[in-house]
Amino acid sequence: MNQNPRRIVLLTVGGLVVALAGTFLLDPYRNYLLALVAAHLCAIAGLSLLIGRTGQLSLGHAALMAAGGYGYVAGVKLGDGAVPDGLQPVLGLIVAVVTASVVGLLLGLAGARLHGPYLAGLTLAVVLALPALTSQIPALGGDQGLMVPFRSVPQALSSLIALEQWQAWIALTVVAVVLGVLATVDAGASGIRMRAVRDDEVAAALAGIRPGRIKVQAFVLSAAAAGAGGGVLCFVDSGVRPGGYGVTLSLLLVVGVVVGGTGRLAGAAIGAALVVLLPWLIGLGTSGLDLPAEAAQRLDGNLAVLVFGLLLIGLTVAAPTGALGLLTRAGASRKRSAPSIPTTSKD
Amino acid sequence: MDRFVFLLATGIADGVVFALFALSLVLIWRSTRIINFAAAAMAVTACYLALAVTDLTGSYWAGLIIAVLVGGTLGWAVERGVMRAARDPLSGVILAIGTVMVLQALTGILAGPQSRPAPVPFGDRPVIVGGVPTLSPYDLFVIAVAVTLTAGLHTLFARTSLGLQMRAAAFAPEMSRLLGVPVARMRTLGWILAAAVGALAVLLAVPGELGLDPHAGDPLFVSAFAVAVIGGLDSAEGAVIGGLLVGVLVSLVTGYLGAAVAPLGVLALLALVLLVRPAGLFAGVEARRV
Repeated sequence: MNQNPRRIVLLTVGGLVVALAGTFLLDPYRNYLLALVAAHLCAIAGLSLLIGRTGQLSLGHAALMAAGGYGYVAGVKLGDGAVPDGLQPVLGLIVAVVTASVVGLLLGLAGARLHGPYLAGLTLAVVLALPALTSQIPALGGDQGLMVPFRSVPQALSSLIALEQWQAWIALTVVAVVLGVLATVDAGASGIRMRAVRDDEVAAALAGIRPGRIKVQAFVLSAAAAGAGGGVLCFVDSGVRPGGYGVTLSLLLVVGVVVGGTGRLAGAAIGAALVVLLPWLIGLGTSGLDLPAEAAQRLDGNLAVLVFGLLLIGLTVAAPTGALGLLTRAGASRKRSAPSIPTTSKD
Repeated sequence: MDRFVFLLATGIADGVVFALFALSLVLIWRSTRIINFAAAAMAVTACYLALAVTDLTGSYWAGLIIAVLVGGTLGWAVERGVMRAARDPLSGVILAIGTVMVLQALTGILAGPQSRPAPVPFGDRPVIVGGVPTLSPYDLFVIAVAVTLTAGLHTLFARTSLGLQMRAAAFAPEMSRLLGVPVARMRTLGWILAAAVGALAVLLAVPGELGLDPHAGDPLFVSAFAVAVIGGLDSAEGAVIGGLLVGVLVSLVTGYLGAAVAPLGVLALLALVLLVRPAGLFAGVEARRV
């Protein structure tokens, strides 16, 4: 709350520059993973803000990411021939954000009147209906989804960086913008209104805040972030398939939020990294065990979900503030034992 | 017309199962004010064990008993081991999601991803009445079980001292504790009862359209959630009527528009009810809680 806009801009730009420089240290596959982490971070950060600030638990953010992905494809098709090739991804990302925001607005309008579990159930129904929707509307390409033309590295950079690094750059830039916007909104008047609504709707209404409107605004903002993430995912994978945006992804996004600490944008980065990297690491571990094919197939994916489930339960029981909360608490107790320094409270 | 009658009959048979499963959600909501998002995953896990026992012994009825027992045990374990830690509705949902992930991953690892065939104790061919195909003997068995169970639960809550204590513990925990009701035990009992009913409902639904795979619970949960919301989460009668409504709707949509459209139909109905009457069609007027 004590962060002024200039500090947020400095932090975001500084972080982006460091991250872009860091991509030179990674091999292509790890840069690809970095791009995936960035895409998931967009959605997790948006969801974290939604749950942490307004108390609205959405299990439908996978569908909003899918909306972003389809929006991206539509944007690229729209720009085909009309705008220069290099700008097509930009147009795609803009349409992705707009599409997800519109879907989020509809969901948010329905959800603003609902309390916790009702909204969770409704959004879960939306995710489950997504394959039905894509199979019914021919323009969405059915189970196969839609593809976008492959984008290579721009000429000026092609001698310098590999494709995966270029994708990571785009993903990191998008996530920097998303985090910057979310942090600015959170630090401003809207953030205070959201907290007021979460803590006591009646008191907030008496103070002149319209709880319904604030909740819808938060949902749209969160949906836009998820849409940006979906757009990035579509850019990196050159397409969107409904199968990738099921209940499992929605639940993983919630895991990412809880792991990092609900409502903490910096924590969302830890959550996103875990959600993307843990299945990969577990896959590496099981492939090293030399299991029979059927057992490996059964463990593939399921083992990661098992770990995530246990983590979700364990963290909710033992550390409601998430990994970042544990770290800051450890830091605070260390500071307390040192000569006391006046610290500003961080939310 | 024949087709309509057939779809209607199938819808009622499906709806009875939805109603039974929704009852399991209502039972837990009544006793703890938590919507058990793990209900379907718990029931599916119990069904896997039940089918394993049926395979082993060759008896459908042994499997049925195991489903109820394992369901109840899971209810006890999840309530004691996990849900106790819920501080507010939000953390309740998150804990339940964690439980879903653990159970689905475990069934996926132990049983594999493929759908599992399930035995049927009676014929599942529809009986022809006056030239029109209607219900099968199995459908009649399902309806009989569901009606008996619903009536039994109603008697338990309305007529017995135990039911009164359970209702009191849910309605006014502090006051009940002062009056000597073991509130925590009543809550656990509510979970055991609900999970056993849920497991039975899913076992009955499996030979029909549901099929059994680790993720079979997801669509079933959404349908049952829609049923419970339509009926009002507090109302057992509402769950029964809501179940029939959703069952018939799903059956008609599946029959006329294709199975792929059914989730859209459920979503539309759920959204409509939540927008028009968020408390459910059969809920009484509630004073505003501040």
